[in-house]
Amino acid sequence: MRIQNYFLIGVPISEKANFWLAVIAFMLPLTLWSALSYIPFLWHPQVLIENSGDTYFRENDRVDKENFQEENRQVALDGRRKASGIRVNPIYLPAPHQVLKAMYVSFKTPPRRKGEKWLYQNVWDSIEVISLGFLLSSLVGIPLGILCGSFPVLSRLNEPFVDFVRYMPAPAFGPLAVAILGINDAPKIAIIFIGTFFQQVLVIANTTRQFDHTLIETAQTLGANRFALLTNVIVPGALPDLYRDMRILLGWAWTYLIVAEIIGAKSGISLFITQQAKYRNYDKVFAGIIIIGLIGFLTDQILGLIGRHIFIWEERE
Amino acid sequence: MTLDHIESRQYKLQSETVRKRLEDIKKRPILLKVDSLKKKFQDREGEIVALGNISFSVHQREFICVIGPSGCGKSTLIRIIAGLEKQTSGSILLDSKPIDSPSSDRGMVFQNYTLFPWLTIKKNIMFGLIMSKTDRQEANTKAMDWLELVGLSEFSDLYPHQLSGGMKQRVAIARALATRPRILLMDEPFGALDAQTRAQMQSYLLQIWESLDITIIFITHDLEEAIYLADRIFVLGSSSNQLQEIVEIPVSRPRKPDQFLSSEFLSTKKHLEDLINPEKRSTAKKISIKNGIVEKSSSLEG
Repeated sequence: MRIQNYFLIGVPISEKANFWLAVIAFMLPLTLWSALSYIPFLWHPQVLIENSGDTYFRENDRVDKENFQEENRQVALDGRRKASGIRVNPIYLPAPHQVLKAMYVSFKTPPRRKGEKWLYQNVWDSIEVISLGFLLSSLVGIPLGILCGSFPVLSRLNEPFVDFVRYMPAPAFGPLAVAILGINDAPKIAIIFIGTFFQQVLVIANTTRQFDHTLIETAQTLGANRFALLTNVIVPGALPDLYRDMRILLGWAWTYLIVAEIIGAKSGISLFITQQAKYRNYDKVFAGIIIIGLIGFLTDQILGLIGRHIFIWEERE
Repeated sequence: MTLDHIESRQYKLQSETVRKRLEDIKKRPILLKVDSLKKKFQDREGEIVALGNISFSVHQREFICVIGPSGCGKSTLIRIIAGLEKQTSGSILLDSKPIDSPSSDRGMVFQNYTLFPWLTIKKNIMFGLIMSKTDRQEANTKAMDWLELVGLSEFSDLYPHQLSGGMKQRVAIARALATRPRILLMDEPFGALDAQTRAQMQSYLLQIWESLDITIIFITHDLEEAIYLADRIFVLGSSSNQLQEIVEIPVSRPRKPDQFLSSEFLSTKKHLEDLINPEKRSTAKKISIKNGIVEKSSSLEG
């Protein structure tokens, strides 16, 4: 296929091309990262001292390239030994293989102290908190959203206030949540709930409102009463769109996870990340961040796959 | 004997049977009575009259087509009868009982099929039956019977998006009929179909109508379709959105596609065209139809 055929406005591309584009989408940043990490002259603004010679540097120090050259020039003028080292990136940009190794090591490292947790336990804590927060929010938010979307009177009664609260950042409720709910998981779940719920009601209501009105009218002419319109028409009909909304909302919930986990007693994957940052183990910090990304991405892919199997009646090209 | 003379005799021969049929229809009980129906909308620029004072009666088992230019209120009329909109004033009686909300005694078929995409076509047909508390087993059997009638039994477990436009509309008709409504309302049901499918569907609809005890009000903007299907055509005018004329169709039944070229058919079409586009009215010949008799008069005779 000629290259210009890939740039036709509004024309979908083949399944195969779709797959390879997705692969490229991941390979592109990974290649850039690898290039920056492994090709020395691309960036590498620092020098890792291997042999300090007569300079003031110490071995395993990372010093700026300019300082390194200046110091070496100075000691050379005095006839003393120069330092030697290799060009490296700053410590906050570890190479891909280092991050991969850090991820493996982190999972294998037993807790340092009694009472601390393995990494997988921390990850599981995070998943638990986010699942509970999201589930509680959905239990109230979905029915309320559907009702608001179906009955304008409920929408007008409810949505202006929800819209108002929506603008209050969920983390701002942190201290309050801790005061009321203690320092363990409860306030964290509350933050996820607050962060998700108010958006959820509005998004679900909006999706419900966009439901094809002629289908409702058709059902009415077939004798459906108000209750049946909700349970037999609007809910099953809007379900695929609601499901898509939920996938997007779950992504938002993850963004609240990090702030939720550092209020009260730190826990979960955030505890791991902040601890490793304190020890300047940036490879492990990267590992932690990537773990979150992987969990989110995989969850969404699995949900997408499930969706395609549930909603077989949906029209697809 | 001129050719013209022979033609007019043929009219009379055929119109005798047609006239008898139309008179028979009028002896049947009145199913739907619309009396001084008005519908106004409030707009930013003021009041818009969607329907201005419309009255008519529909008899049992009658096939009515409603035509008129766009914006004449055809759809509003049928939507009010269906109970999907409220009139500003006037009354509609179905079997002498006033209409105030949608119900399964008035089935409706829309132009864009409106099948429930999440249900198989069998379950689409079962929908109305389930709503009227029919036992599931029985609803299932009835739905299969209806699918048989519209010739789609083998597709019962397919979803609507897997069907062609014509098939979808057959399901929609079966679904609307499955609850045995008193009257079937159809809002440009074949408007989205290609010409060939459309012709098939018209013949199809006539078969169903003839085999069932059902009254139909059918909206269309296609004059030939209206003549082919209807006993009477209600012509709505665009100026004041009133009922301009009720045209009785002088074409005999059962209708066949070759009647499209008959002189009754063509003269009726001419008459309807003149009604809808008054400014284009030709002065050469005037045609009027009364009691199913085509009357031609030359303008030269004055």
